[in-house]
Amino acid sequence: MKEDFWRETGLSESEYELIKEILQREPNEVELGIFGAMWSEHCSYKHSRNVLKQFPTSAPWVLQGPGENAGVIDIGDGQAVAFKLESHNHPSAIEPYQGAATGVGGIMRDIFTMGARPIASLNSLRFGSLKSKKTRYLFRGVVSGIAGYGNCLGVPTVAGEVYFHPSYEDNCLVNAMGIGLMNHEDLAKGLAHGPGNPVFIVGARTGRDGINGASFASEELNDATKEKRPAVQAGDPFMEKLLMEACLEVIKTGFVVGMQDMGAAGIISSSCEMAARAGTGMEMDLAKAPRREEGMNAYEMLLSESQERMLLVVQKGKEQAVQDIFAKWDIEATLVGQVTSDGLMTFREGEEIVAQVPAKALTEMCPRYDPEAKEPEYLAQAQGYDLATLPEMEDYGKILLTLLATPTIASKEWVYRQFDYMAGTNTVVGPGSDAAVIRLKGYNKGIAVTVDGNSRYVYLDPYRGGQIAVAEAARNIVCAGGRPLAITDCLNFGNPEKPEIFWQLKEAVAGMSEACHELETPVVGGNVSLYNETKGEAIYPTPVVGAVGLVEDLAHVTTLGFKQEDDIIILLGLTKDELGASSYLSVIHGLEAGKSPEINLELEKQVQQATLELIKKGLALSAHDCSEGGLAVALAECCIAGKIGAEVALTDNIRPSSILFGETQSRIVISINKSKIDLVLQELKKLQVPYKVLGSVGGNTLNIAGSGWKVNVELAEMVEKYQEAIACLMKG
Amino acid sequence: MKFGIVVFPGSNCEADCDYLVDKILQEQATYLWHADKDLKGVDCIILPGGYSYGNYLRAGSIARYAPIMEEVMAFAEKGGLVLGICNGFQILTEAGLLPGAIIKNRSLRFQCENTLLRVEQTNTPFTNACTQHEVVKIPIAHEEGAYVADKETLERLEKEGRIVFRYCNEQSEITPEANPNGSLNNIAGIMNVQGNVLGMMPHPERCAEAILGGVDGEKIFRSILAWWQGGAGR
Repeated sequence: MKEDFWRETGLSESEYELIKEILQREPNEVELGIFGAMWSEHCSYKHSRNVLKQFPTSAPWVLQGPGENAGVIDIGDGQAVAFKLESHNHPSAIEPYQGAATGVGGIMRDIFTMGARPIASLNSLRFGSLKSKKTRYLFRGVVSGIAGYGNCLGVPTVAGEVYFHPSYEDNCLVNAMGIGLMNHEDLAKGLAHGPGNPVFIVGARTGRDGINGASFASEELNDATKEKRPAVQAGDPFMEKLLMEACLEVIKTGFVVGMQDMGAAGIISSSCEMAARAGTGMEMDLAKAPRREEGMNAYEMLLSESQERMLLVVQKGKEQAVQDIFAKWDIEATLVGQVTSDGLMTFREGEEIVAQVPAKALTEMCPRYDPEAKEPEYLAQAQGYDLATLPEMEDYGKILLTLLATPTIASKEWVYRQFDYMAGTNTVVGPGSDAAVIRLKGYNKGIAVTVDGNSRYVYLDPYRGGQIAVAEAARNIVCAGGRPLAITDCLNFGNPEKPEIFWQLKEAVAGMSEACHELETPVVGGNVSLYNETKGEAIYPTPVVGAVGLVEDLAHVTTLGFKQEDDIIILLGLTKDELGASSYLSVIHGLEAGKSPEINLELEKQVQQATLELIKKGLALSAHDCSEGGLAVALAECCIAGKIGAEVALTDNIRPSSILFGETQSRIVISINKSKIDLVLQELKKLQVPYKVLGSVGGNTLNIAGSGWKVNVELAEMVEKYQEAIACLMKG
Repeated sequence: MKFGIVVFPGSNCEADCDYLVDKILQEQATYLWHADKDLKGVDCIILPGGYSYGNYLRAGSIARYAPIMEEVMAFAEKGGLVLGICNGFQILTEAGLLPGAIIKNRSLRFQCENTLLRVEQTNTPFTNACTQHEVVKIPIAHEEGAYVADKETLERLEKEGRIVFRYCNEQSEITPEANPNGSLNNIAGIMNVQGNVLGMMPHPERCAEAILGGVDGEKIFRSILAWWQGGAGR
């Protein structure tokens, strides 16, 4: 076969040789295309799988770990939650609206494929600077794409995060998280069991959109990338809504053997993954598959990434019952083949066999790589920066206002106002809090959900950055009144074939794994997005963590805002002289240097447990995690959300900039009723958690007094800076 | 009392309405399928929010041709109570049961937020549990929510007291700043001449429980119940 053809599919020479060995012959062009897609990083995880093995994935409450369409955890009362985080970065960088919209569509299919009704959507976004016109174009398009798709589906978008940093200028990140609710007995899996069982293609017709999307997602972006626009799919949320209702109804019949979303690499990936998992094969007549246009060849049919399609294996004899339900929802369900016992994927066009490969050759037999890992050169220098030499800027009030108006820290109302975050009438706490809370109808309980990831920490120390990403997500859940149960992750990195990038990935995953062990939050699913580079420049390493927790009693639901005059403000945790990797350094000094904050997972656990304990006893009236911008920004956010001022004294014997803006981990600001102070302090002593009573709630300014310095900022001014920053920049 | 909630392909607030009727009002609720022609003997029809038929072409423009809509129109003509919420309001204007039209928000973006409404009419089946000029907090969630009509229609609506809700501020003043979407005369909800059909862009079913941040929406449904119990149901 011509070398340029197999190269074009993204395969290496050794991979091509391996394919010949597996097949005992030369593959034809269709087969080669299939291997190219299935052995792409996006589908095979060939560079990351060995690293990902470190993640703890089990716990008594885990019903389904990684490897399925979504992870599933038990939340009691016979109910379970399915959730997963997934990237749609490259498509969004090329065509922001459709890229983001289909990202939402894809993750929602992953959820309802498991038999769960989607009840919430979250997203984690990264863009370049809002001062750039291109970023504003991408940001606007991505937000409206998420809104356009999610709102139409009627799934509330309840939480998210947005960071702006120059490293994402040409390679924005769009990670979408779906959350679904189901009864245990409705759990469906992507398994093609039972030779002879019929196979259906359901939903939208197959067109030429998105062909080679998986390969496209597994290479760096460059000048030629805009020519890849055809590799971006277009979404139809209305079709998805009907497909969702129909699939959930079909699952209830019990006639479904297995079901899988057609995501990356469409028909081929869904069919071979279902067969490989079940140890079966499948034969399919592509001529029967409904298509949008005539003249599509087998290669195009197999690799198209047309949206809103599912592959279903149904019990033999139940074909009509299943088709009737799809017909009721005006959804096409076409019988295209059957499960076989030979372990082969056999694709025909009428009588002619166009491709035949073992199912496992496409999945398990994909080679795995342990690329070389090497600490990047920038690191020693950046970490070694002597922060003691930094001048102490004294206008702390002004600095606080500047930080509040920094897009990464400022209110994201401009974003979430475009999302229907109330649909479903379950949103007890919506966007703008540490974690959102969704109540579960029929029970006095709910789930807390959040998504988090600070890439500056990872850039300056991937191991710690990984630990912090997990710890902070769990901390957010606790602040909302939930007990963290499990996480999903999306690992957004550069090209893993570069040793420095692979080192970042390896270290970050190791850090995340340790935190998951310690905090007892197993990883139940997720996704890897590598090759996030433009013209050879990688993004900051960005592991994003989505976490789910259980709010055992809705009375535990807690928000960040201070509640009333005279309440006492307490800081749980310790404040250290740590300015490294802080927003303060970046925004005020233009420096991304120093060491990322340390994290002691034992202390982290104590602080989280103490907070949850106080919340459950009804003692903590508000709770907020200290993150970007440090304690001063955390206090300001508590004031802004509560529409009330505060008076605090910060007496630590370290420099004021560290006290105010340092990002020491494992700290939570709570407020309590004045009359409960003795009780609370007793509890905290009993729990042996470090704390400091900072002051009290009240007035309409935030007054912070230190030894020999002070900050006095009007609430109204903070609100203005915080609320209007992004809207203002978007007018530019 | 029996409420019928119409389900079009793409409706997405029907379950929220069902929950409210069933669990909060503790009355009967049943779904009415778009392709059916049977109203199942309901006493009030709710056209819920969502994206009927994807809102393709124009919000509500395809739904008005659904088989069930003929029955809904006949029901309304006979004086039956019909409440259109958000997409339901859009469908009612497309069907001609209410005058005017609903176009894209002034911002050209989807907006989800709480709004304050001044109750302009209380002698209606939908607002009799409110007091005159009471300010209620009910959220909106729409991209196409700006109510427009020609001058004569607006004058008629004003004169006949058919504007039921207007967007207002906390002082119950009707100001441009309080208008979230650019609706003419700050209109958030109107009714037909007979007063048995109400269309409103805000979602009362989303704020009928304290845990969701507000209970004002329940007043709309309590009003319907009281009206029906007080006369129509006899």
